[in-house]
Amino acid sequence: MKIPPRARVLAGAAAVALLVAAPFGLKPYGIYLLSLWAVMTIAAIGLNLTLGYAGQISLAQAAFVGIGAYTAALLTTQGWPLWAAFVLATALSFVIGWLLGYPALRVQHHYLAFVTLSFTTLVFLILRNEEWLTKGVYGITGIPRPNVLGWSTQMPVDFYFFCLGVLALVSAATWWLIRSPWGRAFTALRENPIRASSLGVDTRRYTLMAFAIGSALGGIAGVLYAPLVQFIEPTAFALGLSFSLLLMVIVGGAGYFLGPFLGAAVSVLLPEWLRFTEGLYLILYALFVMVLVAVCPSGLIGLAERLRRPAAIATPEPAPPDDGTGSS
Amino acid sequence: MADFLQLLVAGLATGGIYALAAIGFVLLWQTSQTINFAQGEFVMVPAFFVLAAMKLGGVSFPAAMLIGLVVSLLVLGLLFKRLVVDPVLRHGVLPLVISTIALAIFLKEAVKEFYAADAQPFPAAWATTNLAIGSAVVSAQNLVIIAVAVVAVGLLQYFLNATRTGRRMQATAQNPGLARILGIPVEHMILYTFLINAALVALASFLVSPIYLAKFTNGETLGLVAFVAAIVGGFNQVRGAIVGGLLLGVIDNFVAAYLSAQYRAAIPLFLLIVVILVRPQGLVGRAEERTV
Repeated sequence: MKIPPRARVLAGAAAVALLVAAPFGLKPYGIYLLSLWAVMTIAAIGLNLTLGYAGQISLAQAAFVGIGAYTAALLTTQGWPLWAAFVLATALSFVIGWLLGYPALRVQHHYLAFVTLSFTTLVFLILRNEEWLTKGVYGITGIPRPNVLGWSTQMPVDFYFFCLGVLALVSAATWWLIRSPWGRAFTALRENPIRASSLGVDTRRYTLMAFAIGSALGGIAGVLYAPLVQFIEPTAFALGLSFSLLLMVIVGGAGYFLGPFLGAAVSVLLPEWLRFTEGLYLILYALFVMVLVAVCPSGLIGLAERLRRPAAIATPEPAPPDDGTGSS
Repeated sequence: MADFLQLLVAGLATGGIYALAAIGFVLLWQTSQTINFAQGEFVMVPAFFVLAAMKLGGVSFPAAMLIGLVVSLLVLGLLFKRLVVDPVLRHGVLPLVISTIALAIFLKEAVKEFYAADAQPFPAAWATTNLAIGSAVVSAQNLVIIAVAVVAVGLLQYFLNATRTGRRMQATAQNPGLARILGIPVEHMILYTFLINAALVALASFLVSPIYLAKFTNGETLGLVAFVAAIVGGFNQVRGAIVGGLLLGVIDNFVAAYLSAQYRAAIPLFLLIVVILVRPQGLVGRAEERTV
């Protein structure tokens, strides 16, 4: 994007100001939706790292949101603080995500899609069947909201700001990551794994790393999700959520930093504005995705970019990787 | 022993249905690199074409089945190729995966919204009595399913191996560029594959719906199992899909009876992960050089 840096800073500041001011005119349900948007954006940012930057398709993100949510629910209802859940869930998701990356070393694309899809279904079955741990279909109720340094986040507005704060931290970390040698190695992996490997990128390590970091962000989103809804049960983390997160990343624009923010907004907020369509909403959304993928696979941001530069029609590719992405 | 025989027959019947869906899956992949994530929904939908024809058109059940088949060929074969696959295929495999995921949601929600959200009874085209074989009681329905699946697969194999069009389709699958040079109308061959897939899923739909009832969520497990069957057997072989389908059907029934009904859905997934890690080319498949 060749928007002058000053305009970018202004636009960013305006967006942040809007997000901070937004809850004050809204009813609790509206604030809940904004918080949900923040949580889903975090999960989508994670998936965008795995899919958009490293080019590894994953339908496992719902499972990691579930792992995070159940970690938070189980710990905080036992009286543990939420930060402990953050630490444990992040570590757990990171390790499991790393292990899930191993199949990605052997198989590509559609095979990987189905392996990760299977993983989501397996996690769902465990959450549903192991009642001694997860209370099965009855779910876990009464998940408390945290106190952060004496600031109670009991009220929806306060908890929204808490979610927004975590989103800001995650965004900053991701922003740094994709500009670091690691992020460049991820992109190299997506664009041309053989060339990346010949330039000295340890493709094996970075594939696993892309999975692990993406999954860890899914876990973090889950830790926020549990106290947001305060009641969790297994079906929330079934395949539907994985598909939904995948579509968020694609619709927003895979491989663009702002893609997940936009995609999550389309997926979480738009259904509310389109309430009048009732049951038709998902049908329209599915149609929209099919048309979008046919017209512009790089998503809404890719589309916007192409409209800004009508001359370059043929190449809707995300920013090309720099040369010499290697040594790190 | 009687239990064993009963479970085996039931497993082969379910497996036959899985195999039909899995074969279609494999054919689409071979000729056009289409991974159809909506394959399960493709098996779910034709039953509703039949039900709609009977309800709205007031035609008899056999006529409705014929209408269902024709509509399936048109919608799930021709329109699917023209409207969904063709515009996206040039972007590569991944966008097509996304597009068929969206298509799956579309079909599911459309059936739910425009037909019914609850399970609909679907008439069986044959007697639903039970037969006694020795001490075992086997449902005639299962035997009919096995017979129909065997005949369908046999016809398909004959068509692919012994007819001119079938051999041209195989040539297209193996090397589209060379096939084109040899004067084979590659585009037509690919279209035939889509039509065959539509016919197979329609058949699977008519066989499975009397047992499980017609419901908009039916496709979720069917699609997954069809894919697992294709992988387990060998993704590049039609007979791999048959082996995989039958194997999964039988394992599924035995696990549910002898091991754990709660985790029966997990078994195909375990099998999938093990096969992909240990033998990615599948049980009867040959190694594929494409996946570099």
